[in-house]
Amino acid sequence: MSTAVRDPAALPRLGWTLAALVLLWPLLRLTDFHPVALFEAGNLTAMGNFLAGFLPPETSPDFLSLLGKATVETLAMATAGIALSILLAVPLGLVLTRSLSIARLGPGRRGWIGQSLRAVARALLAVLRGVPELVWALLFVRVFGLGAAAGVLALGITYGGMLGKVYGEILESTDARPARALLEAGSGRLAALCYGLLPNAASELVSYTVYRWECAVRASVVMGFVGAGGLGQLMDQSMKMLNGGEAASILVTFLVLVVAADGLSELLRRRLA
Amino acid sequence: MGFSLEGVGLTHANGFRALRGIDLRIAPGERVALIGASGAGKTTLLRVLAASLRPGEGRVTLLDGEPWACAPAALRRLRARIGLVHQSPPIPPRQRVVTAVLAGRLGQWPLWKCLASLVLPVDPDGARAALARLDLAERLYERCDRLSGGQLQRVALARVLYQQPDLLLADEPVSAMDPALSELTISLLNEEATRRGVTLVASLHAVDLALRHFPRVVGVKEGAILFDLPAAQVSDALLRELYAAEGGLPLTGGLRAPEPAETAGELPPLRCA
Repeated sequence: MSTAVRDPAALPRLGWTLAALVLLWPLLRLTDFHPVALFEAGNLTAMGNFLAGFLPPETSPDFLSLLGKATVETLAMATAGIALSILLAVPLGLVLTRSLSIARLGPGRRGWIGQSLRAVARALLAVLRGVPELVWALLFVRVFGLGAAAGVLALGITYGGMLGKVYGEILESTDARPARALLEAGSGRLAALCYGLLPNAASELVSYTVYRWECAVRASVVMGFVGAGGLGQLMDQSMKMLNGGEAASILVTFLVLVVAADGLSELLRRRLA
Repeated sequence: MGFSLEGVGLTHANGFRALRGIDLRIAPGERVALIGASGAGKTTLLRVLAASLRPGEGRVTLLDGEPWACAPAALRRLRARIGLVHQSPPIPPRQRVVTAVLAGRLGQWPLWKCLASLVLPVDPDGARAALARLDLAERLYERCDRLSGGQLQRVALARVLYQQPDLLLADEPVSAMDPALSELTISLLNEEATRRGVTLVASLHAVDLALRHFPRVVGVKEGAILFDLPAAQVSDALLRELYAAEGGLPLTGGLRAPEPAETAGELPPLRCA
């Protein structure tokens, strides 16, 4: 009797959980992860001293005007980079979306064309995002010289790879039936996308794009280290001069930007809901 | 503008044999009802007629063209002339009624017109006229998630009326409507087909509706055609045989009582063998 009521999924679930833990353990060992070290007395004071160096944040008018200029530069770089990445991601993401394939209806002939196109797009996206933006930046610095142009291009390429992959996946996990019904009534792919998939997927696409913009703001710090200007370069200078107060002001600026991006995303999602 | 099926058989990807040896010839302007138990193959048959499922065996001729021998562009033009009303309306919940109805002509409009209509509906009067015939004109600018199941089904019908197809197919078009509304809606479909001289094929669970409104009735059982007769010649004995469950269990309840609705939203797999 007891075998009849036992959940057949229970044992595999237990097994997979145990397997995940068994795999996790050697990885933690490998990275020398000892969280207890955080709370040892000597370490706590060392961290305290380091953090105390950041206080109080720098608020002199000279520095604030510099900070303002750098913030605008960073925003410009992140926004231009995201715009470029959207240009790359939209066509590639659409190519990846199987629910917009006309050859899959039936299935009809020449399905291999679409399949090989999707494989090429997938590989291209993997290359774009597989190479870190810093490496792209170092490459483009040799073309454009030091400055924001290299940073924008590097951000655009890496983030284009990420956005394209996720756009394709969001569109694929959206209910495919409306778009399929439209394709079956002779509509084109783009029309089927706009009338069948976007109404359900738009808010998801927008919130992921805004989140990536937020990431681009932070990534532009790294860009700053290769001379791309903005908050990154300012941060680089302050850290090198061991000026904790300035670094703290820059961090507060980042926090404000992240909160603002969050608010924007929330607003857009509510408008599209 | 009729169609013919010769020896059509179809096996779904999961190995389920949905259709076998279907021979069906329907002349332009004929009005035919498909009846049969749940899972008999009515939906699959309609999808073959809509050129959205490619049968593994046999020959399909639709509107004097062979869909599966056509070039992709010709197949698209052919599909734009076929209108299928789906059992569960494939309309995104966030879409407005006017957009959902205008989507009926995406196959006929150039892309710029499809996209422009998303910004400002290009033919609200046309959409309103189609909705008015289903008594929904006042819901033109409402969102589809504000509608009841029966109202949404009528929006899907309005879309097909607006499409003005040469072959009008309907899969359980009244499954979410009350008896009075079902009666009106089936009359409307028949009136539309007669007025424009187009072919109408509708699958119905309510046998009485089929017998009263359609001159020709086709009974489908276990993927094959059991009978194909003028409505007047469909006898109770035939209907009993049509709905008798496998294993010869007697049918309980009245013969003409509505059948339980098939699982909503269930679609056959995309590929066929």
